[in-house]
Amino acid sequence: MSETIVFLIAGPIALGSALFIIMSKNAVHSALWLILNLMALAVLFVDLDAQFLGVVQFIIYAGAIMVLFLFVIMLLGVTREELLGEAIPIQRVVSGILGVALAGTLVWILLNAYDESAFGSLAGANSAGNVQGLGRLLFSKYIFPFEVTSILLIVAAIGAMILARGRTEEESASEVERHSGEDVRL
Amino acid sequence: MPFVAPHIAWHGIAPELALVGGALVALLIDAVKPAVDRRFLAGLSLATIGLAAWFTFDLRDTRAVIMQGTLAVDGVALFGRLILLITAAMTILISYHYLSRRRIHRGEYYPLLLLATSGMTLLAASNDLLLSFLAIETLSLALYVMVGFARRDEKSQEGALKYFLLGAFSSAFLLYGIALTYGATGSTQLSVISKQAAVASVDERLMFVAVAMIAVGFAFKVAAVPFHMWSPDAYQGAPTSVTGFMAAGTKAAAFIGFFRVFLVAFGALQWDWRPVLWIVAVATMAVGSLLAIAQTDVKRMLAYSSIAHAGYVLIGLVAANRDGVSAALFYLLIYAVMVLGAFAAVIVSAPGGSERLSLAEWGGIGRRYPVFGGAMTLFLLALAGLPPTSGFTGKFLLFAAAIKAHENALVVAATITSVVAAFFYVRLIVLIWLQDPPPDDGHPGIGPTPALITSLGIAAAATIVFGVWPQSLIDLARNAISHGFVG
Repeated sequence: MSETIVFLIAGPIALGSALFIIMSKNAVHSALWLILNLMALAVLFVDLDAQFLGVVQFIIYAGAIMVLFLFVIMLLGVTREELLGEAIPIQRVVSGILGVALAGTLVWILLNAYDESAFGSLAGANSAGNVQGLGRLLFSKYIFPFEVTSILLIVAAIGAMILARGRTEEESASEVERHSGEDVRL
Repeated sequence: MPFVAPHIAWHGIAPELALVGGALVALLIDAVKPAVDRRFLAGLSLATIGLAAWFTFDLRDTRAVIMQGTLAVDGVALFGRLILLITAAMTILISYHYLSRRRIHRGEYYPLLLLATSGMTLLAASNDLLLSFLAIETLSLALYVMVGFARRDEKSQEGALKYFLLGAFSSAFLLYGIALTYGATGSTQLSVISKQAAVASVDERLMFVAVAMIAVGFAFKVAAVPFHMWSPDAYQGAPTSVTGFMAAGTKAAAFIGFFRVFLVAFGALQWDWRPVLWIVAVATMAVGSLLAIAQTDVKRMLAYSSIAHAGYVLIGLVAANRDGVSAALFYLLIYAVMVLGAFAAVIVSAPGGSERLSLAEWGGIGRRYPVFGGAMTLFLLALAGLPPTSGFTGKFLLFAAAIKAHENALVVAATITSVVAAFFYVRLIVLIWLQDPPPDDGHPGIGPTPALITSLGIAAAATIVFGVWPQSLIDLARNAISHGFVG
């Protein structure tokens, strides 16, 4: 019963904030709505007995990652409607129709497919405690995918380094070469 | 409940360990000593790939599912590693000179290339949707950065951004599909999914949507129509060596993953997905061939040609039989070699300044440099699928597999699009040989280096040998699938 009540409160908040993310014209507002959305999802996770996931979602996504988001938005100064141009005239209408069709299909199928027995609670998996159960799975059954994640993170770190680090001497040289003859101003 | 440590089959993941280890060493050397000779990093990377190939060869008689059911060691996985390691080695050969020339020779290139290769080999061997997703992300993330490696080139940046945004979108579809599959079957392991999908209690609608979404994710990675929009821009903007790596490696890895997931996990549902992929295959072949005709840029033309080739490989998946898999494996290997050869030729076409990218600049180049023109002609003939090149053998095997599966209409469509596609390859050949070279076109000739000559030579030799004497490679591909997929 309490589960249903929490769901009825957090569910609409998650949906509504998701709509506001894409409808706000101000990027900062979108980011703030996204925080609310992620928090509502965290509540839903806890509601479904996935406490660890809920806490991680709250701390990492709603906390750390959103701070980075806001930093980037502020640094780039994208606060107005600069990004809302339409490249293809009827793009927004067509994509809206297709999006609603896709969402409708998904909702219809998930509603029809919902079966209490198949989607049971996490009681079995949580029998030794939620964090313990998760840790046991990560370090036994899913050890390999878990370790492959570290490769992914290395690639991300190298990528960020390449894209963000100042240009090398070689690149500066090519810059000068390309602009030789022009008046290079900084 | 005591914790039982999982069994780690080190020998089974040795090739990937070698690739990742080599990448980390190269990264460390580059970080500690930024002025290190790039020749050393390239050599180290080649040695790493050689070590990985040796470990792969060591596994030739092993057939098992290892790492708690997440990784398959079978013929297809090993053949996939073979293709991908050859691709990576040839990419290094064609990169070295090119990157220096464009002054984008940063040391991080080699670690990224090796890590991308390890992601590709994992995708080819993955027996678990979770691992497939991680492998796809690893290779994609590395490639997003490599496409944008020329930081001062707007086209490179544009291509990287488009690839990144659309790639992130397609990953979301793939992940949603994986989640729905898990919801319907209770597992992400391919063999368990296959068993669950066959029982009556599974919700079919849930499975349909899951299969459709996973198909979208893979179709994006192999650049099949209608999910091909990113590929011409990314291929054109990327440094040419990276373009070759993407055309050969990403395509091979994503296709082998595509085959494994659809034939193993969703094999029971093949009567549902085959008609859809039939349409995708025909649309891919038709759109790729037709749009390639309109291109005036060599890299862009090869990008559309690679879309068309994705359509041909899809024939093997629609055929959904062992012949289809072995034909696709054969095709992916020979395609990787010939497309890398073609991009190597594009790199060679310019020694100092910009490459000969516009088709007009290729006019008469064969008369001035017969050997070079001959090599390019050979690759174009192979891409067009004309005998006596390997491209012809590959297409023949794919068409034969489709006929065996009674997909005659598909073969007719593929033949028609091949004829259309032959038009633009032959047009370029005609340009190369029959036009008078302009008296002084401002180009300082062509610029082969030992590494480039080696890669061009290997590619040309393989294209001829596997066109004239294909039997040994066909047997290898057939043996790879003769016992089916493990798991």
